[in-house]
Amino acid sequence: MTLNRRKFIAVGTAAAATLSAPALLADGHGKPRVVVIGGGSGGATAARYIARDNKGEIDVTLVEPTRSYFTCYFSNLYIGGFTDLEDISHTYGTLAAKYGINVVHDWAVDVDRDSKTVSLAGGAVLPYDKLILSPGIDFVEDAVPGWSVTEQNKMPHAYKAGSQSELLKAQIMAMPEGGRFAMVAPPNPYRCPPGPYERISMVAHVLSQVNPTAKILVADPKPKFSKQALFEEGWQRHYSGMIERIGPDFGGENVSVDPEAMTIDIDGMVEQVDVCNVIPAQKAGRIADMAGVTEGNWAPVNAADMSSKMDPDVHVLGDAAAQGDMPKSGFAANSQAKVCAMAVRGALTGSKVFPAKFTNTCWSLIAEDDGVKVGATYEATEEKIAKVDGFISQTGEDAATRKATYEESVGWYSGITTDMFS
Amino acid sequence: MRPLLPALTLAALIVAGGTRADLIGDAEKGARHFNACTGCHEVGNGAEDRIGPHLNSLFGRRAAAHEGYRYSASMERAGIDGLTWTLETLDAYIANPRALVSKTRMSYRGLKDDQARADLLAFLRQFSDNPANIPEAAPTAIGTDHSVAPEILAIQGDPDYGEYLSSECVSCHRADGSAEGIPSITRWPEQDFVVAMHAYKEKLRPHPVMQMMAGRLSNEEIAALAAYFKDLE
Repeated sequence: MTLNRRKFIAVGTAAAATLSAPALLADGHGKPRVVVIGGGSGGATAARYIARDNKGEIDVTLVEPTRSYFTCYFSNLYIGGFTDLEDISHTYGTLAAKYGINVVHDWAVDVDRDSKTVSLAGGAVLPYDKLILSPGIDFVEDAVPGWSVTEQNKMPHAYKAGSQSELLKAQIMAMPEGGRFAMVAPPNPYRCPPGPYERISMVAHVLSQVNPTAKILVADPKPKFSKQALFEEGWQRHYSGMIERIGPDFGGENVSVDPEAMTIDIDGMVEQVDVCNVIPAQKAGRIADMAGVTEGNWAPVNAADMSSKMDPDVHVLGDAAAQGDMPKSGFAANSQAKVCAMAVRGALTGSKVFPAKFTNTCWSLIAEDDGVKVGATYEATEEKIAKVDGFISQTGEDAATRKATYEESVGWYSGITTDMFS
Repeated sequence: MRPLLPALTLAALIVAGGTRADLIGDAEKGARHFNACTGCHEVGNGAEDRIGPHLNSLFGRRAAAHEGYRYSASMERAGIDGLTWTLETLDAYIANPRALVSKTRMSYRGLKDDQARADLLAFLRQFSDNPANIPEAAPTAIGTDHSVAPEILAIQGDPDYGEYLSSECVSCHRADGSAEGIPSITRWPEQDFVVAMHAYKEKLRPHPVMQMMAGRLSNEEIAALAAYFKDLE
């Protein structure tokens, strides 16, 4: 499509019906431009698929502040000692070198949807025809009284992987003999539904090796949680007597912390702890708010193409999006990114657009070679991304099945990170 | 769908002609068919593992569960995924071993004649203990028809559509064909790919993720994926 607006109009309405109207977006500036904010499972995948499948027809800019990206998935396995931090770290060189993506390591600080520009902290202003927001999560302020991001070194969240994961692991390793680890689990909805419970499993695994008399306390505002029967069966089998979870029926939703004193107050009962992992309530990454595409804590989107319900030229992927039935997971963001990439390419270049299909599978490790999974397929309806079919690992599965499930998760990790970064 | 090429139609019929487990077998005729297997397999009193495992007590056993025999990684995986040898799964396996277990070491191109397979299985049944496994005993003698119809195999897949659909596959299966924990699906012969996906769709192959993924793919979509993955660099 090389028509500009004037030529396009001159051709007349009869011809217009045979062309894809959104080719107009390229008007006045050569190639159409896509700006992607956030280089995680949603953003990196979307940038790669758009750039790869258009062979230079679309300018793609990826804005990501960090040069080394640590996946949140498998960061619990780092805490458990099953992987090194370097093995979950990824860089953006191949996206630039192989696909010509303009990778900008900077913070996006503002979006002007009227002038269709993104401002960066470094001062640059990026114009776009289509904007893809995949900013992940931020924490809701004052969600856990006493905790704020300024206290995250005393009480780490470790829910954005990297230095926080390293810090939490170091604190666990430094616990006194027979010491106490506490977690404040988040309310729904949040990133990676089984994540807090896989983390508990991994902390229990490492403590059972180096500090077997240590105890784990979980304060949880949710009556139920993802893969609950599987986790509870596993905790009983592998870490009997080590883990205590306090649900909302015993005040697990009424929690505050004191990072100075290293205490946690659960419904008036104050406990002294050695490590306190606070995972606060979550909301869409702040840039979604600044772009004005959020409603409450999340950004509502149309299921067919992941476009914002507020602006058809802005798409929101992954954890930040309110899309319906999919969990907030890296797998889901990767799946949504491909639907979005196809829609954006179709709009900008007239390439073929097929019906949206979504998938998710979440693997969790409970103990060495004891892996479980849950997954589902989804379709786009008028109203939301709607679940079609699903499955979950069963309690009482044999060891060979659990080992194969773990090995499958390792294969998946290799698959999805290849699909994002190489 | 394009008009069928004569050669393709023929190939499709050869593959799809069989895979019915609802015929009652004749064990005596089956003993003669078994002569084609004795180069690798023994069965009956004093049978031992040879190139292939012995086939006593085969019915009702998990794939790759016979101790002391070294199976292919593909067969081991099928066993872990839950493949159990029944009249139905053995019928599918003997009809086209690689359709059910992609990289099986059994270098046998398959027995396409429905009645011959029913006879062979009736013969082999005699060497398994469980009386429920006697093929003549209803209702276990009747299996589900899981043939892939020739018109399905003849569908010409659209590789462009396959490329889009493949984006769901490569979240787990690496496009470069490396296999680590998850098997490779690139550069498969188209027909093997289609037969394998239909085996998942019909829940003959046991893996829950693949049953779910294949379960919602249409015949055209399976053909499109097969067309795309066959030539992937």
